[in-house]
Amino acid sequence: MQPVTRIHSKTVAIPSSNIDTDQIIPARFLTTTTKTGLGSQLFADWRYRADGSPDPEFALNNAEARGAQVLVAGRNFGCGSSREHAPWALLDFGFRAVISTEIADIFRGNSLKNGLLPIVVDEAVSQWLLDHPGALVDIDVASTRLTLPTGVSVAFPLEAFARHCLLNGIDELGYLRSRVGDIERYEAAAARQLSGRREPA
Amino acid sequence: MGTLFDKVWSAHEVVAETADTPAVLYIDLHLIHEVTSPQAFSLLKSLGLPVRRPDRTLATMDHSIPTSTDQVFGKVPIKVDAAARQVQKLEQNAAEFGVELFGMRDARRGIVHVISPELGTTQPGMTIVCGDSHTSTHGAFGALAFGIGTTEVGHVFATQALLQRKPKSFAVNVEGRLHPGVTAKDLILAIIDRIGVSGGTGHVLEYRGSAVRALSMDERMTVCNMSIEAGARAGMVAPDDTTFAYLEGKPRAPQGAQWDEAVARWRSFAGDPDAIFDTAVDLDASLLEPMITYGTNPGMVLPIGGAIPDRKGDEAFDKALEYMGFHGGEAMLGKPVNVVFIGSCTNGRLEDLAKAAQILEGRKVAPGVRLLIVPGSQEVKRAAEAAGYADTFKAAGADWRESGCSMCLGMNGDTVAAGEYSVSTSNRNFEGRQGVGARTLLASPYTAAASAVRGLITDPREML
Repeated sequence: MQPVTRIHSKTVAIPSSNIDTDQIIPARFLTTTTKTGLGSQLFADWRYRADGSPDPEFALNNAEARGAQVLVAGRNFGCGSSREHAPWALLDFGFRAVISTEIADIFRGNSLKNGLLPIVVDEAVSQWLLDHPGALVDIDVASTRLTLPTGVSVAFPLEAFARHCLLNGIDELGYLRSRVGDIERYEAAAARQLSGRREPA
Repeated sequence: MGTLFDKVWSAHEVVAETADTPAVLYIDLHLIHEVTSPQAFSLLKSLGLPVRRPDRTLATMDHSIPTSTDQVFGKVPIKVDAAARQVQKLEQNAAEFGVELFGMRDARRGIVHVISPELGTTQPGMTIVCGDSHTSTHGAFGALAFGIGTTEVGHVFATQALLQRKPKSFAVNVEGRLHPGVTAKDLILAIIDRIGVSGGTGHVLEYRGSAVRALSMDERMTVCNMSIEAGARAGMVAPDDTTFAYLEGKPRAPQGAQWDEAVARWRSFAGDPDAIFDTAVDLDASLLEPMITYGTNPGMVLPIGGAIPDRKGDEAFDKALEYMGFHGGEAMLGKPVNVVFIGSCTNGRLEDLAKAAQILEGRKVAPGVRLLIVPGSQEVKRAAEAAGYADTFKAAGADWRESGCSMCLGMNGDTVAAGEYSVSTSNRNFEGRQGVGARTLLASPYTAAASAVRGLITDPREML
């Protein structure tokens, strides 16, 4: 994973609340066996009309949205299915961060593992961002702060270990594999406990 | 003193969490399927790693597979080429990494969350994960079971553990008894109505109280299955005699002397009476009625006799109603239905099919309505055939299929056409979930079957 330290980008806003992962990437595209190329199918049923042409009403099809790395969305973004294809599709499209007042647990975890930053803000900040699509925002991972063009700067919650992994481009698996000795000891103790119950000494 | 969740969590802490690092949590059972595993196997290959504990890993195919008998048994090719490739990939990966696979023609195949309880591999006090959000189903046995992404599938393959922060606990206390015609599906929809689609975010729900104790295992699985629809990663029910009676004699449950020891161990996971929860909510089961959704998330739900709320000016709400072709103030009863789907990991078990058969016995599906009944597993299929339910379904004019996820998410070609109304016993009524433009109304097997007979949304209590 590449380190994620700072994002300085304009935003694109999709104000709907409860945007589920079926909207982010519909199930019929999950037959892939790789992680790449899902960006063209991101929000497919909102982005394209029945004839396959882009729907000009949809925010991502707006010319001003081009190049935006920050998606601002309504409450409870990423609910529903555990499909990691959702962050893969967002990243493949070019997003590096998602901002909402609430982000679903599994989507949040999946995003962090791929370097997509899930940022939870309060109602006031969210509303300002939804009212000002295209705003140039600054996200600093080290200080966990989001700064609006108005100068308003707010802290966002980011678990210490996730922050460490993002800043250093560390894959969690490396850390987990470094604990395999502990895992082996746990397994041995659990097996002893079971057989101890079965055959009292 | 601890909750059920506290006890299962602490029994699996390989390394406790600190301010700087999450806990290393041991995983007892890893269930995998064709859709969320290929990239995780690719990760192992790229690192030259084996599946560390293939003996704790179980694979099946359920999401993208066909349900028509001719396709399953190879008489007709699978409609979706990419799906066929994905199934092949799982066969190759399982063989290469030594993972046990219940493949297309295996008699034990089915939806991953249906077959593991049937086999007895799902047991109280376990940690169970799968790359699927409805893994919460297994919490019905007092296991801590939650959905994970594909990166985490790779982590479990490589280490049999996960890095996790401990979620908060949330007690859902349900006293009283459900009235006839009101099911576990109606109960969980009422719970989601109460706490909201993100009310459980960051929490593990524990369903408690006399109404929950009175539920069968099939019913508890329906309730726990939809915990994720309230935003919770997991839902749990403390193991009790109902749990043990279900598991006893299952092929992979402990046998003989080991059985008694296992039951004693399982009982110790029940929460302490003075356990403290971070959040709690109370419901009275006796006040509940059959529930049905009217919008595009499971929280947009009401008692079937009710009218759609009117929230003029609420943009998201209006957008959902526009998608559904509904208006505020309209009654749900009597609305026309095009398709009825009975199945899924929510309501595809034998008791669910028994309820559908109870309604469909001696009745016919309304002209112009398509009723698709998909058993949750091949085992459920055989049992439903032995009990005569399948004959009842066929005589009523239903389409009786092989097992799979099918029309719950429409990956395999079993879809609802744009604009059509589908009363479905599945778990998600999201836009396009059952097909592009499909309009899904979530309900119980009773309500689904009754609505198929009338061709209109129907209160099943009129037909019981």
